[in-house]
Amino acid sequence: MIEDQLGRCVASWYPGATGVTGAAKLSGGASQETWTFDIVHASGNVGAILRRAPPGYGASPGRAAGLDAEATLMQLAHDAGLPSPRVMHVLTPNDELGTGFIMQRIEGETIARKILRDEQFAQARPILARQLGGVIAGIHGLPVAKLPKLREMSATKEIADLEREYRSFNWPRPVFELALRWLRERDPGPSKELTLVHGDFRHGNLIIGPDGVRAVLDWELAHFGDPMEDLGWICVNSWRFGEIDKPVGGFGTREALFAGYEEAGRKVDPDRVMFWEVMGTLRWGIMCCGMMQRFRSGPDHSMERAMIGRRSSETEIDLLRLLAPRGG
Amino acid sequence: MQDEPTPTELIKAVADFLRNEIVPQIKGHNAFKLRVGINALDLVTRQLALEQGNDAAESARLTQLLGAGGSLIELNRALSDKISKGEVDLQTPGLAEHLWQTTMDKLAVDQPNYASYKRELGKS
Repeated sequence: MIEDQLGRCVASWYPGATGVTGAAKLSGGASQETWTFDIVHASGNVGAILRRAPPGYGASPGRAAGLDAEATLMQLAHDAGLPSPRVMHVLTPNDELGTGFIMQRIEGETIARKILRDEQFAQARPILARQLGGVIAGIHGLPVAKLPKLREMSATKEIADLEREYRSFNWPRPVFELALRWLRERDPGPSKELTLVHGDFRHGNLIIGPDGVRAVLDWELAHFGDPMEDLGWICVNSWRFGEIDKPVGGFGTREALFAGYEEAGRKVDPDRVMFWEVMGTLRWGIMCCGMMQRFRSGPDHSMERAMIGRRSSETEIDLLRLLAPRGG
Repeated sequence: MQDEPTPTELIKAVADFLRNEIVPQIKGHNAFKLRVGINALDLVTRQLALEQGNDAAESARLTQLLGAGGSLIELNRALSDKISKGEVDLQTPGLAEHLWQTTMDKLAVDQPNYASYKRELGKS
């Protein structure tokens, strides 16, 4: 049982811990799992999260930074005063839990529809975009010398990767072709500044409380690249959940996001942000097509994956709204 | 000739049963999966109703744009190729209108509640 293994593990580094309770799997694919549990302690239980690749799943897939790198990044963000969980323990072979780490559990909401509609977040919504601008600026400002080894990306490489993946589906999509062409023609070239890029800074990976942002999660896609990528990605319409006139996550304006970013002492290039928003919209569309492929060929023959395949047309209309807007 | 009821009527009956009788009894992750399943059935009925007309219109537009015939997938491959090579672009008469119409027709089947679609529907 995972509670016994976790109990032994926790006892080895948490003084006074007498076991764990309430272990439950929050999410998990074949190669990566997230568990929530409480560390039992005489002075009160402590909420914790295990993020791991189970034993037998060593290497992380293609683009992933790897769990060790994720742990390092989270701890660096935490140490820099950014909203990030404290990493409590990096798994060792003795733990017999696979590879990964245990971190502090931060209470709050990650589900976009609740964040955008529930009364308890009414005070948070108007301030979130500016706050997140400051947070992502802090992430981009983390000292490069302390960062783990990460892949380096550029707009040129990203366009090539997306094109290769799209062509591998062998299914013609004129709107995606138009977007690829648009991106190739406007490729801004290498960024003057190369920073840490979170890579998936959007709803689902942000813990929000009534007071605003509490934690940034899921550093799996972290890399070195153009910092404007993160600002473009969070503006992609797919993360607005119906609130299409509020480009930042359905709760805020670009101006507020940019103001928060610049208040933290960094510079925004709005044209580049727009370029990355188009790239991000296409990227999500291609990811939706990828889900369909995995539904067909892979072990995950689920309705959810199949239906996500039918969401790629959402990104087609959003690409047309960006590239060929109609009046009216 | 297959007898009645039609596939659309059968799927609708199943979807309505799930929606009205089963949804109220299911909790947790399976409730989410059930909603996804009902959405899939609803999508299929929309496709059965709209696909034939949409495909015919798309095929006619593509034949006109490309000045050549073929199956719908061949025509889409040909258009994709031309866009990729820059032989046609948004300045080409009829291209933007074709892409918009085709995309709107896809959304009418895939996600008619998508906010961008509803916004654009008000414009046409």
